[in-house]
Amino acid sequence: MEIPYTVTARPDTGLWNAKVGIWLFLASEVMLFGGLFSAYIFLRLDAEPGYWPHGLLNVPVGTFNTAVLIFSSVTVVLAWASLKMRRYSRYRVYMAITILCGVIFLVVKLGYEWPQKYDHFGAYLKTSSLEKYERYLGNKHLLAEGLPPRVEITGHLHNEAALDDPKIKEYEVGLDVVYTDPTDPKMDRPHFFFVPPTEHVATIEKADVERATMFLPTHNNYFATYFTITGLHGLHVLGGVIVFTYLFFFGGITYRQNPEHLANRVEVAGLFWHFVDLVWIFVFPLFYLL
Amino acid sequence: MSLKGFHIVFITFSTLLAFGIGIWCLWVNSLGPSIPSYTVGAGISFAAAVALIIYGCWFWRKMKRLRLL
Repeated sequence: MEIPYTVTARPDTGLWNAKVGIWLFLASEVMLFGGLFSAYIFLRLDAEPGYWPHGLLNVPVGTFNTAVLIFSSVTVVLAWASLKMRRYSRYRVYMAITILCGVIFLVVKLGYEWPQKYDHFGAYLKTSSLEKYERYLGNKHLLAEGLPPRVEITGHLHNEAALDDPKIKEYEVGLDVVYTDPTDPKMDRPHFFFVPPTEHVATIEKADVERATMFLPTHNNYFATYFTITGLHGLHVLGGVIVFTYLFFFGGITYRQNPEHLANRVEVAGLFWHFVDLVWIFVFPLFYLL
Repeated sequence: MSLKGFHIVFITFSTLLAFGIGIWCLWVNSLGPSIPSYTVGAGISFAAAVALIIYGCWFWRKMKRLRLL
């Protein structure tokens, strides 16, 4: 028995099967990401002053990834339009570019941005110890400027064994630039480009620390939501790349049987890809800019 | 909604984001002494926003001409 409306639209709805399916799926995805975005917003609104970090992510790299995704949305539409015009070789070129863009996004995210975080260390200080580390925190200056206080010292952890070894009583941290001269007005705002930790090493006693970890999801609510949302988004990008790769290599079989059928499949995959890119359009400003 | 319609929605949001990045750069720059990288970033962002508007118009016309819209 042949399944109806896989290629042509059903007359009363004007839709073919897969289009109904993808929009139902995307509706569920809106609820999934909507819930996560809501969690982010409420966690951020309820965060104590100084406990929600700013300027930790690399804005130019994030902007580059955003541009890559926007460009891939253009190429996937052009791939679909090429099929509509029955230009199969051109379709393959655009599809290859789309796949390449997805891979570039994932490589930058998983091969550069995430590892940079795992390699970074942060120690939240006890309220009673803030005064002791004032020379790194510059809270008097921030108070005078009407800015939220700093309660955390971050940088490169030189003695990583200190994380697990209770016998080691202090952390040796190669400070991030903001803690080397905390009263410099340039440090009051996020850095546009990534600035690596300095050679200036501070010794932080464990007794003064409330909690200290590398920049992992367990570090704070910011990184918990960052890794959850960008990780889930990355999985969606990976899913899109897999589907596009299948359509790139095996689309010819469908094209020879019925070109319109392949165009429909590419349109459905393209709708999913656009949704994934649209999610990133919201993720980027929330985590990188605001 | 078709892929063409969703693409136009997406380009609209992308354009707004590009404008937003530009405004963010100007805002951060205004918080202290001027830093050239923020000004350059704002310029590139606004240029990208204009380019996206031009692309959106081109895409709309092309889809209409090809009777795909």
